[in-house]
Parts: sequence; structure tokens; C-alpha cells
Amino acid sequence: MSYYFAIIGTQDNPLFEYEFGTSKQGGDGMARFTEQARQLNQFIIHSSLDIVEEVQWTNGQMYLKLVDRFFTSYISCFLTASNIKFLLLHQPPSSSSSSALPHPSSSASTSTPSLVSSSQSSTSVIPSLSTLTGGSNSSTSTLTGGTSRTSTSIAANPTSPQTEEAIRNFFAEVYENYVKAIMSPFYRTNMEIRSPVFRARVAAAGRKYL
Amino acid sequence: MSSASKASRLGEEIWKTRIEKVNAELVVLTYGTIVAQICKDFENDYAEVNKQLDRMGYNIGLRLIEDYLAKSNTMRRCSNFRETAEMIAKVGFKIFLNVTPTITNWTGDNKQFSLVFDENPLADFVELPDDGRAQDQLWFSNILCGVLRGALEMVQMQVETHFISDVLRGHDTTEMRVTLVRYIDDELPPEDD
Repeated sequence: MSYYFAIIGTQDNPLFEYEFGTSKQGGDGMARFTEQARQLNQFIIHSSLDIVEEVQWTNGQMYLKLVDRFFTSYISCFLTASNIKFLLLHQPPSSSSSSALPHPSSSASTSTPSLVSSSQSSTSVIPSLSTLTGGSNSSTSTLTGGTSRTSTSIAANPTSPQTEEAIRNFFAEVYENYVKAIMSPFYRTNMEIRSPVFRARVAAAGRKYL
Repeated sequence: MSSASKASRLGEEIWKTRIEKVNAELVVLTYGTIVAQICKDFENDYAEVNKQLDRMGYNIGLRLIEDYLAKSNTMRRCSNFRETAEMIAKVGFKIFLNVTPTITNWTGDNKQFSLVFDENPLADFVELPDDGRAQDQLWFSNILCGVLRGALEMVQMQVETHFISDVLRGHDTTEMRVTLVRYIDDELPPEDD
């Protein structure tokens, strides 16, 4: 699972961005975006702002949950009271890991039963199956829903309640630290957040929850 | 030693009974805004900002000593500079800021000491601007130097005060150095014979 987190100001201007990977289930916390995807992420986030603006008036919540999806990239949003947007793009390891591995799909296609059994132990196989079946998301969720890993595996299930809850906790902690960061008298509204302390705290929140 | 514990008890009691409290964040944000505004006004000439803060503090100190004496009710001269230091740290800072800095690093002649602040209520939330100069030049809490200087001057002590380290700059402690220059003698007006 790779994450791209961005804070967007009131003028749709970026204030802060941070890329990281999952630390759960033995993840090393490194993002696995391809070079192309890294550049694309900013555009995906930016395009989802329109949907955020639509959704933000429909309920009184600050956490808007999943707002947008672009192929395998899912975008969750959190709004602060002053209309600053926290956007988290999360991507299951499918596209990046399958391209990194030599030929996972070819071996999978030949022996389906062995794939099902191996999916019990390795989550990285599941998304590669979804690319195999034409990348349709519904098949992924039903497949992983059938396995016993669903309760702990945030990575494989971008739409599950567990993921939603983990991201909510992540946002809550970032929000708390964000408030502290902007309380600094030398910070002005819509200024880029350059505080290394804040960056470290976002990283810590990412490690803790995602 | 007994005078030290007496001072801290006194400070504690005054703080509990005779001081009106105000929201700490209000103070923090107000002071922070003042410093930020001064930085802006002087176009980030931090040496000048330090001077302005010190001057503001000095003017506060000139008056604050009156408040201190009224509240602490100690209409008695400190017998020596060491006792003065105790009263500053354990009563003065306690009743106005609810902190008790540690007194250390006395010089042999008892004229110079350091106040080490474990916590600095003025500096909560603050991160110095990362323009490469503020970290080396700005003393964010410099107003405190001025306050001490002004207050002590009104009780016949001329002191020199400055910060030598600040956690905001990445140091381990926040430390203020206080040096007694001289006791100011009461000078009679020239006409009086």
C-alpha cells in the first residue's frame, strides 16, 4: 500500500505533501509509486477537489471518507473548520508491485487453486489477481472478503470499514498536529507548512495507523 | 536553604490565592503575534527586534515591580543578591507566569547567575522562521530580560540580562544570564543640602 498525503489551502493551493508506504504487516513505510504515478498523484488529488466541494455540503462531518477514485487510486478527505482540505490518496500495491515482480500473473493464471491457497498468506497476490481479471474492483473486494485476512488487511481493502477507520484516526492525529503547527505566530494562512516537526509527526501518524 | 523553601512556599501561596488567572493560550498567542508583527515592522532585522522586545519589557518591569511588591507583601530588602535571585525565580516568575526557573551557575563573587527555564509559557507552539537567520539572531522571549532589568532597577539594582540559549533555537535548555552591575545609591536631589 502506498500513500500520498496532501494538505490543500483555501485557494486550492498545496500547503504540504508527504509520500509514504504502509508500515503494517511488515511494510517498510516506503511509497511504491512508479515515477509516472508520482507525477500523476498531484493531478488526481487536484481533480478530486471538485468532488470534495460537492460532498462537503451534504453532511456536517469533517471526515468525508472516500470521495474519489481514479483506477486503483482512492482518495479520502478530511475538511478542517477553515476549509483546509486534507487529502489522502491510497493505492493498493497492485499496479506497482505487479510491475515490479517479473511475471506473477502468468504463474497465477496457470494454477488458480494454488493462488487461492497462497492468498491466505500473502496479500500482494490478491491485487495482482484483480489486474488479471481486468482490474474490476468488485472482484477484488469479494475475493478478499472471502479470505480470513480482511479484518487486519488495510492494504488490500481500500473501501472496507477498517480502512475507513484507520484513515479517520490518521486524519484526527494529523489534524491535532496541524492545529499546533498553525498556532505558531510566524505562520500565516495559506502559507506552505515547512515545519520539520510537523512533517515528522505526520510520518509518525502514518506509521501508527496506516 | 530555608529561605529558598520559604520563597517557594510564598510564591505558591500567592499564586493560589491572590492572582487572577488568564487563559494561557491567550497570552501565548498575543505575545507571539506581537513578536511576529515587530519582526515584520523591522523587516526581519532581528537584532533590532531583540532591542525592541527588551525595551518593551523594561517599561513593563518598571511598573510590574509595584504589582509584585503589593502582591508579595514583602516590604523588606533582600539581604544579598542570592536572596534576590530566589525571590525572582520562586516568587516573581511563579506569580506572573506560573513557572519556577532553576537558579544555577553562580560566579564566585555572587554577582552573576543563570535562570534555566524548564518550560517557557511564552514559547508554546512557536517555531522560529526558517529564513536561516532567526535561528541565530532572534531571542524570542527577550521581553523577559527587559522585565527583569526594569523591575530590579526600581529597587536600586542595576543589572544586565540576556539569553544565552533557547530551546527554540535547538539548544537543550532556555537559559538567561543575569549580572549585577551595581546597587544604585539613593542620590539626594542637588538642591538639598
